[in-house]
Amino acid sequence: MRTRLITSLLASIPFAASAQSSQLNLTQGVTEISNRVYDLHMTIFYICCVIGLLVFGAMFWSMIAHRKKQGVKPATFHENVKVEIAWTVIPFLILIGMAIPATSTLIAMEDTSESDVTVLVTGSQWKWHYKYFDHDVEFFSLLATQQEQINNRLDKGENYLLEVDRPLVIPTGKKVRFLITSDDVIHSWWVPDFAVKKDANPGFINEAWTKVDEPGIYRGQCAELCGKDHGFMPVVVIAKEPAEYDAWITEQEQIAKQAKAEEQRLLAMSMTEAELMQLGESVYLGNCAACHQPNGQGIPGVFPSLVGTDMVLNDLPAHIDIVVNGKNGTAMQAFGNQLSLRELAAVITYERNAWGNSTGDLVQAADVNEYKNN
Amino acid sequence: MSTVVGEMDHQDHHHHAPSGITRWLFTTNHKDIGSMYLWFSFIMFLVGGSMAMVIRAELFQPGLQLVDPHFFNQMTTVHGLTMVFGAVMPAFTGLANWMIPMMIGAPDMALPRMNNWSFWILPFAFAILLASLFMEGGGPAFGWTFYAPLSTTYSSDSTALFVFSVHIMGISSIMGAINVIVTIMNMRAPGMNYMKMPLFVWTWLITAFLLIAVMPVLAGAVTMVLTDKYFGTSFFDAAGGGDPVMFQHIFWFFGHPEVYIMILPSFGIISAIIPAFSRKPLFGYSSMVYATGAIAILSFLVWAHHMFTTGMPVAAEMFFMYATMLISVPTGVKVFNWVATMWRGSITFETPMLFALAFVILFTIGGFSGLMLAITPVDFQYHDTYFVVAHFHYVLVSGAIFSIMAAAYYWLPKWTGHMYDEKLGRLHFWCSLISVNVLFFPMHFAGLAGMPRRIPDYSLQFADINQIVSIGGFAFGLSQLIFLWVVIKCVKGGEKAPAKPWEGAEGLEWTVPSPAPYHTFETPPEVK
Repeated sequence: MRTRLITSLLASIPFAASAQSSQLNLTQGVTEISNRVYDLHMTIFYICCVIGLLVFGAMFWSMIAHRKKQGVKPATFHENVKVEIAWTVIPFLILIGMAIPATSTLIAMEDTSESDVTVLVTGSQWKWHYKYFDHDVEFFSLLATQQEQINNRLDKGENYLLEVDRPLVIPTGKKVRFLITSDDVIHSWWVPDFAVKKDANPGFINEAWTKVDEPGIYRGQCAELCGKDHGFMPVVVIAKEPAEYDAWITEQEQIAKQAKAEEQRLLAMSMTEAELMQLGESVYLGNCAACHQPNGQGIPGVFPSLVGTDMVLNDLPAHIDIVVNGKNGTAMQAFGNQLSLRELAAVITYERNAWGNSTGDLVQAADVNEYKNN
Repeated sequence: MSTVVGEMDHQDHHHHAPSGITRWLFTTNHKDIGSMYLWFSFIMFLVGGSMAMVIRAELFQPGLQLVDPHFFNQMTTVHGLTMVFGAVMPAFTGLANWMIPMMIGAPDMALPRMNNWSFWILPFAFAILLASLFMEGGGPAFGWTFYAPLSTTYSSDSTALFVFSVHIMGISSIMGAINVIVTIMNMRAPGMNYMKMPLFVWTWLITAFLLIAVMPVLAGAVTMVLTDKYFGTSFFDAAGGGDPVMFQHIFWFFGHPEVYIMILPSFGIISAIIPAFSRKPLFGYSSMVYATGAIAILSFLVWAHHMFTTGMPVAAEMFFMYATMLISVPTGVKVFNWVATMWRGSITFETPMLFALAFVILFTIGGFSGLMLAITPVDFQYHDTYFVVAHFHYVLVSGAIFSIMAAAYYWLPKWTGHMYDEKLGRLHFWCSLISVNVLFFPMHFAGLAGMPRRIPDYSLQFADINQIVSIGGFAFGLSQLIFLWVVIKCVKGGEKAPAKPWEGAEGLEWTVPSPAPYHTFETPPEVK
């Protein structure tokens, strides 16, 4: 038994080491800017190394050569104006040498003018929303890693915590401008390979840009503490050749149009309880469970429970209203423009009939639609 | 027998410390209050440290194992607050209480009753803060920087307790600072002019001015958080005409001088210890004083380097980049001076010196990463990653806390009258030195590779690094228990310490017997 344990432990070591090539340095990235940033990083790093070698070298030299054990008599000097001036002026000159390339890179990074494509990036607890300015395309981008992987019930996938259901798609070789804002707290939109990190401030819009040369999938994360699930709102960007990008965006516009038509058609239709509950559960787990918890109990003092509360049991209009329009001044978002009417109807039905709530209320798309137009 | 009689002779009746709990509750003696500050800070160091252990245990492996993300955020928040306001700052105030009067030849602090009060409100502040962790909804979970609106609209109700406790901590710090300034300005022994003061006194004097300048700013920030959350104001709420980024400007206008508050007294300690064990006077005393002043002034001009990603005008980014880079000049001067002090000295390596040398090297490494962080374009990549976590732990743990350890070993013989156990001291040093680097050095790599800070779970590429870091963390935490052991052992007994146990030590504190009598310098000494 014991030997088996040891052999299996030994066997797992090379696996653990080779499972992921551990990156130890800043990425060079895939844009001209990110390469310049990388070069700056390395330059400063080497300068620090040289200074460090000199200072620590002198220190270790005296620690070895000037020990009392060696019988050294201490010198008595304690001042030297020339030396003091030298080690004030020389570092100052080195700093000027560093500041020049840093300044020119900074100016280039902040020049968001003459962009080809503009995307509005909106952070909210805990997902990103992307809206293309010149096309009728917008969508939410949520963490796609299964809860079971996070809770260690399933093996973790290759892109654990760095995968989303709908990545942002941008064209290569074009200057893409990001307008970045937030719906609730401060988030920070970060893609290391682009050297773009910009805070998403509620009520204000920040600008950033990138021009990616290589098609590929680039991953990042929210970089500003934004509450409970700050660690679970990744950013994934796919860069496609312009032709492919055009095809993609046209297709997305088509899909959006059809979805709207479908929505209108559904207003006239009713769904069965089974359909509502099934769809409702999946919508609930994807959108509501992060705060209200999969069992509906919430977290006392932070996120209210949905089990047996007055609103859920007795006040249908208030319930629909809060799901559709959110509640100002709290973490409760307006889901009216995040979910389809069908999904809204289903999730409200689910909440009113799950975990021992048994109102028997069935909410249909048309019911929700009334509140949406309010 | 004769020694006992000698002691009795030396202390007449009112020199005796009162006994029992009231001695500590009602004391106005700078040595008693200093000891209480130091013990309090050590307890807080263990409390804050155990929260760090929770953090490192959760981060030992990818996935969520031990705590939920909401509690994880409470741990990072309260760990930071406890360490900054509970461990580092009170430790320095404790050292100031013990040493400043003895260093300048004063009988006590200038305002002894206020001294008592400024200590005794602290335990209440931390009782409130720590108790808030047990509230419904948990304690503060918005990071020690409590950025709005996460700390206002989106926080739990423990925020009110957080605000109240920060107010008390601030009042305590301000009172401590006033006491230090008044003492130094009015109670120096005859002949002790400003340019003869030990650097520890100088650095604390400047620190005290920083405290008085910025603690009210912090009080303002928390008050605005309170009114935004409970009384309908909109300082930081864009929907009401406010600005969440303004919070960060206010916070960091406090926060950046605050980091110098936590490091300037260290510079003073190191400037006492390195000459003592190099048996050679401090190199460039006056340039050390001017450098400290320059750092203090610059510290008010660099706050927005914490905020490069918030979206500032390019001109502002440049200004804060240049000003920040400039700080490395006076800081460099200090490091060069310490090395020049050692140069051609006659060096021995007792525990205080070991910690001081480790301070110089590791603090300088923290300074290098600080310089890297100052460069705005690369800061965009480093910001809010583990690179920053590595940076500020290098300057605060292997910087500030190592200097406090060095100070404790250096002055323990004076405080207790006994030599500490040198072997155990060295064991503590080597365990701390190795583990602190295993703990914080790999964090640089995690940050560069893209791991954000304040996350309870991470992608698989960071697994190996985090495992190493956690092991270093547990080892560092355990190593500090050796320190506790050394101190208790030293308080209880040990080889009798002479008035001046260190051959090369300079200063008035070494002219009084060890342990320092309950009252010292009732007649001021003459300083030549």
